[in-house]
Amino acid sequence: MSQQENGPVMRPWLDPDAVPFIRIRNITKKFGAFTAVNNVTLDIYHNELFCLLGGSGCGKSTLLRMLSGFEQPTDGSIEIDGQDMAGMSPCDRPTNMMFQSYALFPHMSVEKNIAYGLKRDRLPRGEIADRVAEILKLVQLEEYGTRKPAQLSGGQRQRVALARSLVKKPKVLLLDEPLGALDKKLREETQFELVNIQETLGVTFIVVTHDQEEAMSISTRIGVMDQGKIIQVGEPREIYEFPQSRFVADFIGSVNMFEGQVIKDTQSKVVIHCPDAQMDIEVSHGVSCASAQKVAFAIRPEKIQMSRTKPKKALNLTRGVVQEIAYLGNLSIYHVVLDSGKAVRVTRPNLERADEHAVTWEDRVYLYWDGTAGVVLNT
Amino acid sequence: MQRKSRLVLIAAILGFIFLYAPMVSLVIFSFNKSKLVTVWGGFSTKWYGELFQNAQILNAAGLSLRIAVISASLALVIGTIAAFVLVRFGRFRGRNLLTGMITSPLVMPDVIIGLSLLLMFVAMQNLIGWPNRGMTTIIIAHATFGAAYVAVVVQSRLRDMDLSVEEAAADLGAGAVRVFFDITLPIISPALISGWLLSFTLSMDDLVITSFVSGPGSSTLPMVIFSKVRLGVSPDINALATIIILIVSVGVIGAALAMRKKDMPHG
Ligand SMILES: Nc1ncnc2c1ncn2[C@@H]1O[C@H](COP(=O)(O)OP(=O)(O)OP(=O)(O)O)[C@@H](O)[C@H]1O
Ligand SMILES: [Mg+2]
Repeated sequence: MSQQENGPVMRPWLDPDAVPFIRIRNITKKFGAFTAVNNVTLDIYHNELFCLLGGSGCGKSTLLRMLSGFEQPTDGSIEIDGQDMAGMSPCDRPTNMMFQSYALFPHMSVEKNIAYGLKRDRLPRGEIADRVAEILKLVQLEEYGTRKPAQLSGGQRQRVALARSLVKKPKVLLLDEPLGALDKKLREETQFELVNIQETLGVTFIVVTHDQEEAMSISTRIGVMDQGKIIQVGEPREIYEFPQSRFVADFIGSVNMFEGQVIKDTQSKVVIHCPDAQMDIEVSHGVSCASAQKVAFAIRPEKIQMSRTKPKKALNLTRGVVQEIAYLGNLSIYHVVLDSGKAVRVTRPNLERADEHAVTWEDRVYLYWDGTAGVVLNT
Repeated sequence: MQRKSRLVLIAAILGFIFLYAPMVSLVIFSFNKSKLVTVWGGFSTKWYGELFQNAQILNAAGLSLRIAVISASLALVIGTIAAFVLVRFGRFRGRNLLTGMITSPLVMPDVIIGLSLLLMFVAMQNLIGWPNRGMTTIIIAHATFGAAYVAVVVQSRLRDMDLSVEEAAADLGAGAVRVFFDITLPIISPALISGWLLSFTLSMDDLVITSFVSGPGSSTLPMVIFSKVRLGVSPDINALATIIILIVSVGVIGAALAMRKKDMPHG
């Protein structure tokens, strides 16, 4: 469902000549002495569904609020569609926002809530009614038009808020945790719907979330934030497979991290001495770092092979004991404790319904991976 | 459980008796035939008839109503503005002072408020020849303490209000004035209604401050009643009080219903 596989035409960020739709330059926001957003520079292209991902309090909402005009940046500039946003009030900006708290008007019915923005544009009545009906259908709330927000469930309120921000078809739609209150199933449906809406309306979306799975599944690109800074921007696959820092590797998905020291560094391979992993890990790509530098080797749980018998050929091989198995249905998570005492997470898909040869508790196993399975992180 | 609920019931009954027994006896005696207030002489509505002949009381009632409506409306505007300044304008110089000043009429003895207002009016009259003591000064005085009550009530409602609701309206293209009238005002309207009603009743019933600032020929209802009662309680006062109780009850119940309707979707 994400658009990352659609080839270079749909990936303007790979094209150096492409003109960004939203240009954020060195933007900083301070609340007193506290810096909520710290020198963020970001380009977002037309028709993107850009996800801002980060822990609680890292400044995601603040960044959105500066885009929508509710906070004035302490420093830096924002340009949308070639227009400088400095000093422009929220009601004149080409953005609409869906608030984290939904911010529905409690004294208006669902229909009136949604129609409010259209009325401000002085559209003819008939058209307003048509568009409200259309958007209600889209968010599956046709029967709820006359209810007041307080008479709706959390998930329904969220969809009203979504509908209200969508109905004006703004150039940029800012969504602050749009799906936070939905249960898993409805959430997945709505994610799908969101992507559909985005593709049909041709609106540029910026979505804030702290659910990394959601970010991975819906976005064209993800910006990972921490303590007011954008740490890495990239396509979901890039962020997952090639994290550039320990924080990103750790934040997105789960990861095994081995601390070590570079003992060999050539064009085509690096060897890292890791006492934790009881071996020298070989990585078949070069890293630009000083020799003897302390680094971390990060490897995803699903990239580690596991067997009870010793593999014939393995570049990186270590041993441990299975201490814990969590059965999740489609896959199982194994906690393997290496002889050094380091715990490693390994996930294996459950391909057979009943597998007598499966690894069980207390089994002594070999863990191994090849040279491209993990990444070396020096920040 | 059983015991506890019985206890609650008894406490409630005692409380109601304590609060309402005097009023009930007043209502009953307003239909008393006898001129003696404490002796039951049979049912009659003659005191009501007499009451509506009494020009002095009717005039006073009319004056009190006019004062109450005007001063409550003034208090509503002033108090609401004060509440907005205190809640929305963040920190500014003199904020704490203003907070203290706005609530001082709630705790200050009436005698002191009345006296200080009187001194101010006298000084103003000497300086600029306005206001003449009478209806104007009473309205100003009532609006002063009414505004304090309005400010307190509206402030708490404003504090509870989710600011992002206003931001959402602005985001959808509403200017500041529109946001105020479309969003803020309807949301705080229960507080405005109860603030207005509160100042209205306080104005209707104030005696001490009014006595200080009123002038010749401007006697409000409480003043007339008080002066009459000093000469001995007459049954037509009972009739008048009964009518006031009726009006107040209708007002209070009506306001409660209005609030309930407003709040229903919330609860
Ligand atoms: N008006 C404000 N005054 C002072 N500090 C603020 C203000 N608004 C936000 N902050 C601080 O800025 C930081 C970032 O806040 P922000 O709301 O952007 O976080 P967030 O990334 O959206 O978090 P969450 O995922 O919990 O919504 C927080 O530490 C917060 O306390
Ligand atoms: Mg937030």
